[in-house]
Amino acid sequence: MLRIESIKDGTVIDHITAGQALNVLKILHITPSSKETVSMAMNVSSKKIKRKDIVKIENRMLKKEELNKIALIATNATINIIKDYKVVEKYNVKVPEIVKGIIKCRNRNCITNLEEIDTKFKLESKDPLILKCAYCEMKTDTIEFL
Amino acid sequence: MKMFKNRDIISMVDFSREEIDHILDVAERVEKDPTGCHDLLNNKILALLFFEPSTRTRMSFESAMYKLGGKCIDLGAIDASSLKKGESFTDTIKVISKYADLMVIRHPAEGAARYASEIVDIPVINGGDGTGQHPTQTLLDLFTLKKENKLERVNIGILGDLRYSRTVHSLVYALTLYNVDMTFIYPPSLRLPDWILEHLIKNDIRYKECNNIDEVIGDIDVLYITRIQKERFPDISEYYAVSDSYKVTKSLLVSKAKDDLILLHPLPKKNEIEKELDDTPYAKYFLQVEYGVYVRMALLGLIMGVFD
Ligand SMILES: [Zn+2]
Repeated sequence: MLRIESIKDGTVIDHITAGQALNVLKILHITPSSKETVSMAMNVSSKKIKRKDIVKIENRMLKKEELNKIALIATNATINIIKDYKVVEKYNVKVPEIVKGIIKCRNRNCITNLEEIDTKFKLESKDPLILKCAYCEMKTDTIEFL
Repeated sequence: MKMFKNRDIISMVDFSREEIDHILDVAERVEKDPTGCHDLLNNKILALLFFEPSTRTRMSFESAMYKLGGKCIDLGAIDASSLKKGESFTDTIKVISKYADLMVIRHPAEGAARYASEIVDIPVINGGDGTGQHPTQTLLDLFTLKKENKLERVNIGILGDLRYSRTVHSLVYALTLYNVDMTFIYPPSLRLPDWILEHLIKNDIRYKECNNIDEVIGDIDVLYITRIQKERFPDISEYYAVSDSYKVTKSLLVSKAKDDLILLHPLPKKNEIEKELDDTPYAKYFLQVEYGVYVRMALLGLIMGVFD
């Protein structure tokens, strides 16, 4: 079924909203210079959601708070922690109450866009997803990455 | 109620109705005996960091601090262009925080005061951030309404630039904590932002919107007038389209308004209020200025722990 091989140790992020796999890597700060082996499948058909992306990261156990940020762009994503080819932990991502960094404030006149300051957002609502900038207090439902 | 000692004053959203009422009560105590406060903040230093000019807000804070026996130090005039070069905002406030016991920040960018409060150890008062919050103005507006007995069961009209005016945003937000109706009168392009309208709906606040003051002047108890501020407009042609588009005149008030209508204005004003109104019982805007000093004295004293 899966078009990419199963991994021995690492993290599999499944049920990613189709088209968001690259943004998932961005959120997890995985770049071409990262040492992990990453495999990706895009537009895979799925029972749970119509089309999905899958990301597999070998030999890296990601922290929960890091992974929960994925919920900002893929609310249905599930995390599988793999050890010795077996799923040892499985959970759904959950939008964090406070999101630091990664997202850009859409208010051009916000202090975070004028000074070198880490952004910070508070979760206003999960569904629909609304975040509020902790500095300028502007609310947004559109996620724009830094 | 949270303690006021060492607290930052950044945004009206941080305050409950009970806390606002407490600040207004303390301001009333100060008003009754301002000279009794003359040495409460001996040896305390207030730093004034105005990254955008505002002589009145700055002088009001200075006056309040001096009346409490404290001293002020001032960053001096800074224009927007010098903000870009030289030391970062972050470094500037970190350094100046070491010179003073508390600071007031006014800045053209939204969120600047909140950010400052996170990185310095002394209390920070927001003296206005971009089109964002201006809590001390709001508190003095509320104090004026309270003193005039117009903070409960009244209809408050707000006229002017409702889109960009931070004074209006802060005030409308705070008024949702009180039992008042609101009437918004604005040129069509300057409606309140959606987030405030949503907040009003969520809190079941009765409000009315219109584009012409003549239609509603007879229904309101307070008229809060704002000036259209050129510098807040991202597009200057948008400004010229609405500047001078309304004016409150004596003849309008005499013929249509309630006898005990009061006029408030955050000042400075231009042509939006006819000069003849200044010496009528309607005009309360100069009294507002006086009240502003008492409110700021109350806040400075509360933050420094000399008032309970
Ligand atoms: Zn912001």
